[in-house]
Amino acid sequence: MRVEQIAVFLENKSGRLAEITSILAGNGINIRALSVADTADFGILRLIVDKVEEAKTVLKKNGFTVGKTTVIAVEVPDRTGGLASVLKVVEEAGLNVEYMYAFVNKSGEDAVLIFRFDEIDKAIEMLQKSGFKILTGEQICAL
Amino acid sequence: MKTMYWEEEIETLPRVGLESIQLRRLRNLVARVYRTVAPYRRKMEAAGVRPEDINSLADLQKLPFTVKNDLRDNYPFGLFTVPMDEVVRVHASSGTTGKPTVVGYTWKDIETWAGVMARALVCAGAHKGDMVHNAYGYGLFTGGLGAHYGAERLGAAVIPVSGGNTKRQITIMKDFGSTVLLSTPSYALNLAESMDAMGVDPKSLSLRVGIFGAEPWSENMREEVERKLNLKAVDIYGLSEVMGPGVAMECLQTDKGMHVFEDHFLPEIIDPDTGEVLPPGEKGELVFTTLTKEAFPIIRYRTKDISRLIYEPCECGRTLVRMEKVTGRTDDMLIIRGVNVFPSQVEHVLMSIEDVEPHYQIVVEREGNLDTMTIQVEVSETIFSDEIRVLENLSRTIEVEIKDMLGVTCKVRLVEPKTIQRSEGKAQRVIDNRKI
Repeated sequence: MRVEQIAVFLENKSGRLAEITSILAGNGINIRALSVADTADFGILRLIVDKVEEAKTVLKKNGFTVGKTTVIAVEVPDRTGGLASVLKVVEEAGLNVEYMYAFVNKSGEDAVLIFRFDEIDKAIEMLQKSGFKILTGEQICAL
Repeated sequence: MKTMYWEEEIETLPRVGLESIQLRRLRNLVARVYRTVAPYRRKMEAAGVRPEDINSLADLQKLPFTVKNDLRDNYPFGLFTVPMDEVVRVHASSGTTGKPTVVGYTWKDIETWAGVMARALVCAGAHKGDMVHNAYGYGLFTGGLGAHYGAERLGAAVIPVSGGNTKRQITIMKDFGSTVLLSTPSYALNLAESMDAMGVDPKSLSLRVGIFGAEPWSENMREEVERKLNLKAVDIYGLSEVMGPGVAMECLQTDKGMHVFEDHFLPEIIDPDTGEVLPPGEKGELVFTTLTKEAFPIIRYRTKDISRLIYEPCECGRTLVRMEKVTGRTDDMLIIRGVNVFPSQVEHVLMSIEDVEPHYQIVVEREGNLDTMTIQVEVSETIFSDEIRVLENLSRTIEVEIKDMLGVTCKVRLVEPKTIQRSEGKAQRVIDNRKI
């Protein structure tokens, strides 16, 4: 039910993102989803890839600071109110969202929401109880 | 312009006469210190030198150096030569790099100090009737009280305003008619900016001369202070281990070097690496021996300040040797907005924060008139988080700790690993982009 995500520390200087993506491409690693959070001085790149360990190893080898965290992926129908319905459950359960990002899958029918929660087990339980579909890492990569 | 002197005879004494006074005082000093202070005696014994071996000024070179650590090792009063009931004052350094260094004064020392400080003020053209605005800090720091006693000795009126509360200082300058300003050069610029903000025109004030010291400053800064405050800016030198302010002073006639009051403080310039005394006029580390101090004399104290001694006669008529403006340090001490900062202190703070690795670099810049310190810290895997909040908290924690421990504001910038250059030998911890 959990999805492994890698996070990379980025200084705000030009070309860093391009460098990371080309390293991953050169090693045959496919990026399924990504988001960048940034401040005035630095950024954090979060990635969901098909080969987590390999991605981590090659980025580290190229001098990046890489971390691995666990997130959950929730599939909702891609229509108005899709995200709102999930957030309503989150709010009612009193869950704290550290951050989230989303993408639409190839079929265009469903959206995938990536959440980073403090209390990941409770989040999974509450969302499943409310009937939401939680994806595994393999499922995301197979989309 | 006719030169005014405080003690004309000694200030204009031909060098032969001066040197005979120095030698007589040096011999007395060495004999007294050998007799009364065990740590000095032990060091002299280890170097195989006895007081009777000092027969010329050149024999000074036979004596061992004294360094800041000697003061710490004998904390607090171990190097005093008189019983404590003869001590009337103590001062101390802030002690940010370890134990504070403590110095003491007998009543005669206080009088000597007031005398050299009065000389310094006269060098800068101050006289009885002046309103001396003393913005050096009062307290354990020698600046405030040292300048204070000298101004009183001169017969000037002292305004013991100390540091801070800038608006009030400007109001006082205006209302009391301050004519002589004593402060750090950076504070002088701060005053100028505040005057501007308050709509006070420096030309409407009575300031005539500013005596600035306690931190390094450039010729450019001199021009800037002079222009912005509408006064003549002169440089003063002193350090608590030797006396406090009033060790050396620039005269109004020239801005090339400060007259060292050598009848009390004997200067040498040495090669900081070998300890050898350098030929006259060469640049090196400044070393002082006090010739007349009673409570806390010091022999061959290594100041770590880089300077040069100028023996050419000065237009002002003083025969006292001049020391060039201090151009650097032999150690890695930084002075940021008047605060002494050692990179090792920064490292100590970083290491005290869990998981922070000692890969850092200090970048110092001067923005406008203000020094800024940025500490670049590499983000290792252990401190890295995928959450912005966690990394921002880390930066803030470091900033707060640095402010707490060192008393100086800094900005922390997190950088990617291996971006800070790894050197072969000694890491380059500091990039100082200030043009001083």
